[in-house]
Formats: sequence, structure tokens, C-alpha cells
Amino acid sequence: MANVVSQAALFEAKAERAASRRNRLLSTPALVVIGVFGVLPLLIICVYSFLVAAPYGGVQWKFSTDAYLNFLFQRDIFDDTLQFTPDFLIIYLRSFLFAVVTTVICLLLGFPTAYFMATRTPAQRNWWVLLITIPFWSNLLVRTLAIMFIIRDEGLINNLLIGLGVIDKPITMLYTNFAIQLGLLYSFLPFMILPLYASLEKMDFRLVEAANDLYATRRQVLWRVIIPLSLPGIIAGCLLVFIPALGAYVTPLILGGGIHLMIGDLIAQQFGSGRNWPLGCAQALILMAAVLVALYFYVRNTSGKIQHG
Amino acid sequence: MPEQPGKNAIEVRGVRKVFGTGENQVAALDTVSVSIRENEFFTLLGPSGCGKTTLLRLIAGFDFPSAGEILLHGEDIAPLPPFKRPVNTVFQSYALFPHMTVAQNIGFGLEMLGKPKAEITARVAQMLKLVKMEALAARRTSQISGGQQQRVALARALAPQPKVLLLDEPLSALDYKLRKEMQIELKRLQHETGITFIFVTHDQEEALTMSDRIAVMSAGKILQVGTPHDIYDRPAERFVADFIGETNFLKGTVVSKKSGIATVRIASDAMVAAGFPEGFDPSGEVTVVVRPEHADLVADAAKGTVGGVMANVVYFGTDTHYHVKLDGGDNFIVRHQNSRSSAVAFDPGAKVGIVFEDGGARILRD
Repeated sequence: MANVVSQAALFEAKAERAASRRNRLLSTPALVVIGVFGVLPLLIICVYSFLVAAPYGGVQWKFSTDAYLNFLFQRDIFDDTLQFTPDFLIIYLRSFLFAVVTTVICLLLGFPTAYFMATRTPAQRNWWVLLITIPFWSNLLVRTLAIMFIIRDEGLINNLLIGLGVIDKPITMLYTNFAIQLGLLYSFLPFMILPLYASLEKMDFRLVEAANDLYATRRQVLWRVIIPLSLPGIIAGCLLVFIPALGAYVTPLILGGGIHLMIGDLIAQQFGSGRNWPLGCAQALILMAAVLVALYFYVRNTSGKIQHG
Repeated sequence: MPEQPGKNAIEVRGVRKVFGTGENQVAALDTVSVSIRENEFFTLLGPSGCGKTTLLRLIAGFDFPSAGEILLHGEDIAPLPPFKRPVNTVFQSYALFPHMTVAQNIGFGLEMLGKPKAEITARVAQMLKLVKMEALAARRTSQISGGQQQRVALARALAPQPKVLLLDEPLSALDYKLRKEMQIELKRLQHETGITFIFVTHDQEEALTMSDRIAVMSAGKILQVGTPHDIYDRPAERFVADFIGETNFLKGTVVSKKSGIATVRIASDAMVAAGFPEGFDPSGEVTVVVRPEHADLVADAAKGTVGGVMANVVYFGTDTHYHVKLDGGDNFIVRHQNSRSSAVAFDPGAKVGIVFEDGGARILRD
């Protein structure tokens, strides 16, 4: 009898192992893609950042930490001493500011929108989701160029305002910080709305009634019930907006006109006209490190609150 | 009973609730009036879609009446939002806050009322004790069983000491044994807190065992309000008799009437003496109702008010149901309580007679 039981247990263990092997096989294609096109390039970037720039792009195979030094300091041409130059740091900080403002405004605009969508009838909700995703059907570059045509000096807004006699000179909007901010907001708003909607849509709105019944005013219901319960969506939305906004390339390039650089443009420059690949690699890695550190604190501060949501 | 104004916790006056617009308009409540007394365990009983939950939601403030007024201790609360009404609800789904502990759930109402921390702590401890959940105060609501969630929902609704507690089918999600326990528990809580309970259920047994008074509802109307005894023994309408308990229905024609008793000729030409509700004047074709336990069997068919043939005998442990095919063709059930001494056995196929208890047969409005 005991023998039979152990035999059965053996078969069970075997079957489990086979199942787990099959599951691993299923994930192999994706893992290969991630390995070859994700991890490998990252390693190359890592290695390149410790090399010396070749005169016409590319690298010379000599170890050097100059790329990292050059991030904050510049070697004096005459006496070879290091001098603190915050140019890159300022671009980084400005990019962070852009990303933070984008995230906050997207959240403030996206939350009411998502709440509105989640409280429609199921059929209406599908239409709203469709409407929100319509921008994804066309290219970001094209959409950004379209913004350019709307806000430039002879653009839609200025022509309209002048035509109506509100202003006599066009208001300069293109190639300003405002233009970059507008472009970022426009491109990333759907990435905030969709995760917020996903978590609000799952929410049990009877809890809102229950809170109302227990003397919570509308504002208290929002802060004590709706926001805590939609925290997973808020976190996801903020990450989905903040991280790509920080590394945005096309938007600041077109709407900022290359005058107001963001990190993405700065890094791209090193591989183009800058001809300093190691510096570009170092800048990319510093950005990544900064994002990871920020993420660590963000997730640590918020995850405790949603563990049981 | 005469209405005593001022002694009523809730007065519902001519309340209508219409959902939808135009041709899709549905009256969930059709001009309902009812008074619920202080410290009363009042039950709204009816099948699903009868409007009982709608009425409860109007009292809670989740919906607003299309017409009429709702008075709480004489004050019209119909236009107030739910957070301004001293009324709390126990939801069918419990609706506990999943991001809070048991204690935080119970303290939520007091916190929203802006009570001092010390008072909240003390009151939460008191409520935990009342529902016997002291040991689980720090648990998340997802970590406790359905029965425990039910207790937390009760404690949460009772903590702010509402004037009226509304209970929306709170026991429907529990299994039979737990439900029985909670029925007793609810009665105890109502007794200890002295709060008016308005309880919504579709379970007639639950309504009969727990309520001080019951309002039977159907299709957006209240058909009858009365004590469980009234409702069961003296149903005012055929629907009430049919919905609550088992009932035999016999078609017949009124032959004569004398001082509250009518003589009705039923299908088998037998004459049945039947009472009828006050203010109802039965005539012509009527339905006579007889509860299965208000009738008895006799072996001699000639001695019975009605005669018939035993069709089936169903044993239920505590009692036995005898299904009799009456001579006129109607089916009739007689319920007999079993005891060790009750040895009278009737076999299927035997000719039997049925006698009605005094007042057992009644004529009801269809």
C-alpha cells in the first residue's frame, strides 16, 4: 500500500516537472528577444562608457573613466585641471522637472477622466477607451509636427487670436519650454488615463455608497476610499508617464527646436555631432541609475499602502 | 393599531420611485406609505423586484424619491444626502473597505463624524466586544470568513449609534447554520442597542422568526403590514397567503354571509364556512385559503367537511405532509406534526375526510 502511494507521488512529481519544463519553453522566445536586444546592448553600453572616444565616432579600446568625469567636470585646455561644469547636470535636472510636471498634470487631468469613464455603462466605457487610444493609431512624430503647426507664430492659435483682434503680435509658443511641456502632456496623457481607468473600473462602487452612508462627504470618499483603492493604477500610470517623459527625444527635439535640450537629445547628440560615444553611454547609464534610484524610493513609499488593496 | 405620531422612527408618506424615462419608465415603488415605530424590528418582505430594496435605498439616501416624503422622527430627510442622515446600512455584499483593518472599518463612521480619537478607540473596542470580534481587530477584511465579515459590517453600521439601522438581505450570503445563528444574534443586538432595525428579506421564515412587524410587498406596493402572527394567520390578500408559508387554495361560490362568516360552495359541492378580512365583502366566485396545519384528517370520509383520496404521504421528520386529492378535483395538503404517540397512518389510496379548524378557512382578495 505504502509502495503504491509513493509510486503515485513519484508520477505526480514527474508530471509537475514536465509541466514546468513546458512553461519554461513557452517563455523562451520572449527571453531570447530580451536577452539579445535588451541585456546585450546594455552590456555594450556599459563597456563603451569606460573606453576612449575615437576622433570620428566609435571607440578606442583603452580603459578610461573620462566619460564619467566629463559628465560633471571639464579638463582645462591649458593646465589640465578639472573644473566643475554643471551644464549636463542642469539639462538632467530640467528633464526631471519636465517629467515631474508632466506626471503631476497628467495625473490631475487623467484621474477625473478615468473616473468619468469608469462610471459609464459598460457599452459606453468601451467607446471611451477607443477614443482615448485613437492617438496611438498615428505616428508620434506626425502628431508632434501637427502640434507645431497649431502653436507656431503663423499657426492656428495665433492666426485665430489675431483674426479676432485679441492680440496684434503673435505669441511665441514654439521652441519654448511651454511647447515642450505641452508636447509631453499631449503624448503621455493616455498612458496615465488607461491604467487609472483599469483600476477604477475594477473598483466596487458600493464601497462609495458605504462610505457615504458612514457620513463621509464626497471629498472624504475621494481621499479615504477611491484614491487608496486606485493606488495601483496611480502608481502604474505615474511610472508609465514619468520614465518615458524623462527620456523623451522627439518632442523636445521638434517643439524645443534643439534650443531647450532634454536628456534624450543630449545623449543622441553624443552619438551624432558630438562624436563622443563613451560620454553618450555614460550619460545613458547615469540616467538609468537615477531612474532606478527614484523608482526604488517611489515604490517603497507606495507599495506598503497597496499590499492589501 | 392607531398611529401615534412622534413615536414613529420612520414615516414613509406617499413615496413613489420611478426609474427610466419615457416609455421605459418603471415604477419601482408605487405610492407607498408606512410607519415604522421606534425600537422596532421591522421587516420588508417580498420577492425580488418588489421594491423592498428600493424603499431601503430611499431611506438610506442612495436614491431620491420621485414623489412623497420620508420622515425621520418627524423631520423630512428625503432631500438629504446619505452622509447627513443618522441612518446606517448593512449591505448585502457587506461592502467592507478592503484597504482597512477590521477596527478601522468599524471606526470609519465615527472618524468621519469627527469624533475624538479616544472616543473612537473606546467605541470600536465596545463594538468589537458586542459582535465578539475582539481577537480579529487588526486583521484585514479579506483575511476573515464570510460570517465574520457579516459581524464587522454590523459593528461598523452600529458604531455611530444611528437612529435607524437598515439591513439589506444581510444574511443571504451565509450558509444555513450560520444564518440561523446570525438571526438570533441580530435579535440580541437589536434588543441590546435599542435601535430601530429595518430589515429587508425575501425569506419568509426569516421574516416570521425575527420581526416585530412585517410589511409584505409586491410589485412596488405594500400589501399588508402586521405582526408575524397577523400576516400568517390573517393574510389580507391571496398573494400574502401564497408568499408566506404553504397554503391550500379552494375555488368556490359564496352562498350566504352572516356576521363575518361566509358559506362557500366548493368544487365537490361541500359547504365550507370561511371568515374574511374586515372591509372586504366577498361575493360570487371566491378563493378560500386553508393553511395545511389548520386542517386535520379523519379516517371516516363522511365525517369530514370535505372528502377525498389520499394521494401521497411525505415524511419530513418533524412533521408529515398528506397530499389529498379532493372529490372536486382540487389538491389539498394537510400537515401533521409527528410525535411518538401519533400512530394514525393513512395509506395512499385510502378514502379520507378533512376537517378545518375553527377560523382555519378564510376568503381572500385576489
